[in-house]
Amino acid sequence: MALQEKYKQLTDAASTAGITNLSVREQDGILYVDGTAADGNTKDQLWNIYNQIDPNFASGDLVLNVNVAIDAIVTHAKVITESSNLNIRKGPGTDQPIVGKAAHGEVITLVNMSNDLWWLVRTNDGEEGYCYAQYLEPQS
Amino acid sequence: MKTTKFVMTAALAATLFFAGCKPKDADIQAAVQAKEASGISVAVTKGDVTLSGEVADEAAKLKAEEVAKNEKGVKSVINNIKIKVEAPVVISEDATLQKNVVDATKDFPTVKTEVKDGVVTLTGEIQKASLITLMQHLSALKPKKIDNKLTIK
Repeated sequence: MALQEKYKQLTDAASTAGITNLSVREQDGILYVDGTAADGNTKDQLWNIYNQIDPNFASGDLVLNVNVAIDAIVTHAKVITESSNLNIRKGPGTDQPIVGKAAHGEVITLVNMSNDLWWLVRTNDGEEGYCYAQYLEPQS
Repeated sequence: MKTTKFVMTAALAATLFFAGCKPKDADIQAAVQAKEASGISVAVTKGDVTLSGEVADEAAKLKAEEVAKNEKGVKSVINNIKIKVEAPVVISEDATLQKNVVDATKDFPTVKTEVKDGVVTLTGEIQKASLITLMQHLSALKPKKIDNKLTIK
């Protein structure tokens, strides 16, 4: 209960922001907050609150797993790496060979998003393969 | 004949009078509903209130019942509220987690990771600006815990 109190500001903000399927559970001294945010900004906002409550995430008493909702009609995503190109791989995993690259800021076609972590994409040059989903921002 | 008619009129008037005093079901419903927490549905039939919906715990269930009982015109309360059962926390198997952690931290070469019993331990160093991104990547992998021992630069 103490943990729910500690992170109350965060869970309240999640409710206010309209996080869907919001689930807050405490188990073995760790608080698990899951849900789906409407967009990346909402997700980042929650992470900023988390960072304020627990500076630099040093306590290890919260697992905040808020995904960004993917609209079924979304067909394109922007590459949001810090600055580098994004590797396109033959299969889902960094152990898979690189078959192409997508430039930082480039908008590419989404082919399949059934895997949460790796999305199947196609570049404008026709290269097809898997990219790490965290570096892709669906375009509405 | 006249007396009978008078008695009947008086009886009718009395009935209307008392019926007028008693809150209507719709009014009771609206009053109770307004006082109940969200997620609770209120139905009223002839002053008998039935509560349904879902709440987090037993205390909230009892409180909802108390709120309904205290409303004027309520004769009885049937409490059909269910207590929400949270789905258990899903934690990835170490083998899956290990592979996914390698993928997630590939772009953070100064960060070392270790996975044991679902706990991801981070050592090494990282730029402050990159920390949120790293934590976001790792939190999506369903770890039991992220033990952040990184030196923040």
